[in-house]
Amino acid sequence: MANHQHAAPAPVGGSLLNPATLVCGVLVAIMLAVLVVRFFFGLGAVTNINDGYPWGIWVVFDVVIGSAFACGGFSVAMLVYIFNRGEYHPLVRPALLGSLFGYTLAGAGVLFDLGRWWNFWHIFAPGYINPTSVMFEVAACISLYILVMWVEFSPTFLEKMGKHDTKKKLNKVLFFFIALGTLLPMMHQSSLGTLLVVMGVQIHPLWATPLEPLLYLLTAITMGYAVVLFESCVASTAYRRKIEMQLLTPLSKVMLGFLAAYLVVRIGDVVVRGAIVRAFAVSLEALMFWLETACFVAPLFLIGTEAKRRDPARLFLSGILLMLGGALLRVNGFLIGYETGDGFNYFPALPELMVTVGIFALEVLGYIIITRRFPVLPREAASH
Amino acid sequence: MSTRRDFLKGVLAGGAAATAAVVAEPAIARETKSRPPEALGLLYDATLCVGCKACVAACKQVNENPPEFSTLDHLWDTPLDTSAYTFNIIKMYRNGTMEVKDQEKDGYAFMKISCMHCADPSCVSACPVTAMTKDPVTGVVGYDPDRCIGCRYCVAACPFGIPKFQYDSPTGKIGKCELCRHRTKDGHYSACAEVCPTGATLYGKTADLLVEAKRRMALKPGSLMKIPRGKLGGVDQSYEGLVGKYLPHVYGEKEYGGTQVLKLSGVPFEKVGLPNLPEDAAAALSETIQHTLYGNLIMPFAVLGAMTYVAKRNVKPDDAPTDKEEG
Repeated sequence: MANHQHAAPAPVGGSLLNPATLVCGVLVAIMLAVLVVRFFFGLGAVTNINDGYPWGIWVVFDVVIGSAFACGGFSVAMLVYIFNRGEYHPLVRPALLGSLFGYTLAGAGVLFDLGRWWNFWHIFAPGYINPTSVMFEVAACISLYILVMWVEFSPTFLEKMGKHDTKKKLNKVLFFFIALGTLLPMMHQSSLGTLLVVMGVQIHPLWATPLEPLLYLLTAITMGYAVVLFESCVASTAYRRKIEMQLLTPLSKVMLGFLAAYLVVRIGDVVVRGAIVRAFAVSLEALMFWLETACFVAPLFLIGTEAKRRDPARLFLSGILLMLGGALLRVNGFLIGYETGDGFNYFPALPELMVTVGIFALEVLGYIIITRRFPVLPREAASH
Repeated sequence: MSTRRDFLKGVLAGGAAATAAVVAEPAIARETKSRPPEALGLLYDATLCVGCKACVAACKQVNENPPEFSTLDHLWDTPLDTSAYTFNIIKMYRNGTMEVKDQEKDGYAFMKISCMHCADPSCVSACPVTAMTKDPVTGVVGYDPDRCIGCRYCVAACPFGIPKFQYDSPTGKIGKCELCRHRTKDGHYSACAEVCPTGATLYGKTADLLVEAKRRMALKPGSLMKIPRGKLGGVDQSYEGLVGKYLPHVYGEKEYGGTQVLKLSGVPFEKVGLPNLPEDAAAALSETIQHTLYGNLIMPFAVLGAMTYVAKRNVKPDDAPTDKEEG
């Protein structure tokens, strides 16, 4: 098989104390301080959420968008193991690591946001669960997926710890976890969109459709590939490594396929429902709709041809645009296009923002520590 | 060899299953629910309301809620909207010279805002841990803080903005009207209706309240009618009063499959804070999607089966490199 020639993953090495990790450390400390206040004095003490906007950035950014950004592992694993494109195998571990952090911290973010967090276990207790609730599906499925991802990623730790027997045993059943790791994100990423359906008329027509689950699933997959492009470029620059263009160029083509499918459904849906009329109104919602659409359409021109896809700068920019587009689809649905009545406004408070920033910093910090100490990134050629 | 044929097989097995899971026909469409036959509720007739707010005070008292201040002196309970500490409020509509009561132009009017006790409540459908429930007999939408995880999906879901959260407490709860279900065992009923001096808020079975509402609408505006107070079918506290000038619309009769709290008004409902809702409940659409995708977990298991089959073929031992390979 082609992947026989892949360089095996190896730790990057180097010092863990550098400006990047220090800045991240400070940001994490600030987050912890804010969280102390939150848990002693309530959500209102540090956030601007209110009864008109009961979900702020902790839900929309940290969970809804954060978990979509964390779909790299799912998107790449699906490509490698389900579509049998073994040549992308070197991308699996780094992508999975990003996902592992994204999801684990999204899960932690949920706990910060839950008003009655000590009851969280009710989500798994048969006497409590409400199977018709979209939130139940999302919460249970994300929790399960976090566990599955730790299992999927555990060979990395087992290698480092020298537990080769355990790793061998795990490898025999790993295919099942990989299958589960493909199914679960399909379920909850689509359900994150379905969350909006029960809000009914409170959602602006440009974002209120029964096709919500399909839109969220397709964008989550697209964003997964976009994040891999972004991550690969950043990791190469930061660690002064070669960019894996031989992988990223064809990967971006796969990404464009999902993007095209999404755009057909998205545009078709707003046109068929007649909601497109609202896009020509003079309103913040219309402006945001076009901004969102532009982010999704631009990559078609930026990396539409094979030659353009060989340009790392274009891939990097397209990756960022698609991450932004997916984020906008979610912000627009959950916050900008959400109208619950007069008299309510929401803009995140500074401490609230610092928690979201802190979570991001913790992800970066974790990524640096693990890639430097554990075999995640492909071993660099000896020429370095 | 990783061939194009393998790739296509993967596409067929995995992709088809996944696509089917998302776009399948809603074979088990969930219809909008209707009120239970013995459903309890309120009839609020805005033309009878004098804005005395006795109902607001009584609601505070029986639910043991603290006062909320909006004036500088902090002397009076003056909430500006419903909140997790104010389950019922009288709002005022005013226009132009405010000369005529219950008139849209140059008039004024009152509107009671509290839980509508929907036939098909969004909050109940949304709640992941069954903390929001609809009583199968009375239809009262109740809340159980011991079950609640505080996710506030109910707050986001309700089109009336009714369930509200205590953001100022580290152990915050949701607060909402539960139609004084905690007082029925003592022979009491909704405090707001008990204390209403004009019968603007009337308690009873929703089916009876709907008949009463239609009776009033059929009468000639300005003529005399018998106006019941307190509980419809309870102790007779009725008096003779004037028939109001109603819009030909009982709010809550059909909205979202019907609500158990009904409203009559002379000013368009949208102007007094009640949203224009379709007859189909959002909960029905949301649950139809969920049932289609996850009914009996058939779809997830089918996709999982397909994924497991394909993954088993494609995950090779050498996919996870060992030290031997590295050496």
